[in-house]
Amino acid sequence: MTPTSRRVLEVGALSARYGYVEALYAVDLYVDEGELLAILGPNGAGKSTLMRALMGLVATDGEVRFRGASVPRHNPVHAAAMGLVLVPEGRGIFGPMSVAENLELGAYLLNDSREFARRYERVLALFPRLKERLSQIAGSLSGGEQQMLAIGRALMSQPKLLLLDEPSLGLAPRVVEEILEKLGLLNREGLPIVLVEQKAPLALRLARRAYIMSVGSIAAEIDPRTVKSHDDLAHYYLG
Amino acid sequence: MTWLTTIWARVSGAPALALLWALAAALVLYVFVTGGYLIAVLHFAAIYVVFVTGLNIFMGFAGQVSFGHNAFAAIGGYASAVLTATYGWEPLPAAAVGILGALVCALIVGYPTLRLRGHYLAMATLAIGLIVYEVAVQWQSVTQGYMGISGIPPLGIGRWTVTSDRALLVWLAGFAAVMVLAAAGIRHSRLGRAFVAVAGSEDAARALGIDVARYKLIAFLISAFYAAVAGSLFVHAVGFVSPEVFGLHMVVLAFTMLYVGGIGTVAGAALGALVIALLPETLRRFSEYQDLAYGGLLILILIYAPGGLASLSGLSFGNRKADA
Repeated sequence: MTPTSRRVLEVGALSARYGYVEALYAVDLYVDEGELLAILGPNGAGKSTLMRALMGLVATDGEVRFRGASVPRHNPVHAAAMGLVLVPEGRGIFGPMSVAENLELGAYLLNDSREFARRYERVLALFPRLKERLSQIAGSLSGGEQQMLAIGRALMSQPKLLLLDEPSLGLAPRVVEEILEKLGLLNREGLPIVLVEQKAPLALRLARRAYIMSVGSIAAEIDPRTVKSHDDLAHYYLG
Repeated sequence: MTWLTTIWARVSGAPALALLWALAAALVLYVFVTGGYLIAVLHFAAIYVVFVTGLNIFMGFAGQVSFGHNAFAAIGGYASAVLTATYGWEPLPAAAVGILGALVCALIVGYPTLRLRGHYLAMATLAIGLIVYEVAVQWQSVTQGYMGISGIPPLGIGRWTVTSDRALLVWLAGFAAVMVLAAAGIRHSRLGRAFVAVAGSEDAARALGIDVARYKLIAFLISAFYAAVAGSLFVHAVGFVSPEVFGLHMVVLAFTMLYVGGIGTVAGAALGALVIALLPETLRRFSEYQDLAYGGLLILILIYAPGGLASLSGLSFGNRKADA
């Protein structure tokens, strides 16, 4: 057992429902300091709901502890203030605003212009392509650039845990490579990351540990090093 | 005054926008010199610029829907009318009471409904518009019902009043310009970015720590303020008020201005108000076909410029500066 002090996030018996439909059932999981955790599973397994539940965007039962403190239920503003940040599925870019304004919104809770400038420089150094497009309307960016902007915006809040929901969605393989490379870099600098992916091989290359979800709960925890072929994963997906 | 220089830098940095300001100024100057009936049309246009600019903060920036902003204009207008014409107050304190009343009313309607997602607010605003209209009709001892209140004094402070049509035009145009600049200032502030974020994605905004319900309410209050100011200006400019003045047609007209001009952009809202207010006059030569020409033109604009007139000149897309 790892000592609990290394835990960034601890989730106990987390459930969520949309009306009568139970979308998440008694999920237990943890994330360690500096870890890159992958959450895999087929479409409809509840991966996105889990991310939304962690962020407090849906009403839940159960407990979420973040860096030793309890995260209040259904209060995303509070969760964000604690340092929990979600890059939502579909990126959630603010289309009519410029790239610069999107980044400024990322640091919405910050009230310190020098710290702001520091974070801004860091994000633009990580994603030089954003620097070339600062005054461009975010809605006119390519899909890959929008994903970079979404991650950059999340980084502007200086997260203590970054939740990413399907960053590869709809992107060309080459762009996905580039984005995953940046995520690996961020993680090596010490940022814990939870990466939700349908494309398991991508996520397993980066992750040290992975959970597999199926119909609203965690079906298995796996060690990516022991997964030798697609067949090892297939039975989780196919039942 | 740094915000003034910031705004100026944005205005001067966008040629299309500078041109628009110059055109508006030229129009006011032209009508100021030639005079006649067009002066009254421009009075009306300037007041609608204020009303639509405020509505745009709520609908364009924050992405919400209101069918009832005529209620806030009515509260502002009736407070001004009753307190000045019946009780002999000064226009300024009377308008202040009206604005305060509109804000309180907006708070009461907005606080519970803006926490909900979807169309609850739109329905609630529709109701408040109808209720205020009915009150204006039924509360005869104060509003004089359908008869309306006449003899409302012109704008002024103490013994100094704006009596000539030309002077009123200058004041209303100046006032509208200030309100438009204030809206541009809001759009490019932290507050304005939060509004646009709420419009873009409530969940994404929340995940960044933005209190969505609070910002919807703030946008609602600011736009109610604009509406009440427009209502007050209107009754002083015309000297008369009746329930019809702030009827549902006001909402339809404002929506037309907003969408024809280009919802979401400050320039679009102002441009739409100007164009739609002036359009019936310019189409007068078509005599009996005037309404037909008006309707046809609106349809053409919405087909060929679905983003509104502002999108034609690159005022709304492609460049942040132009967005002011």
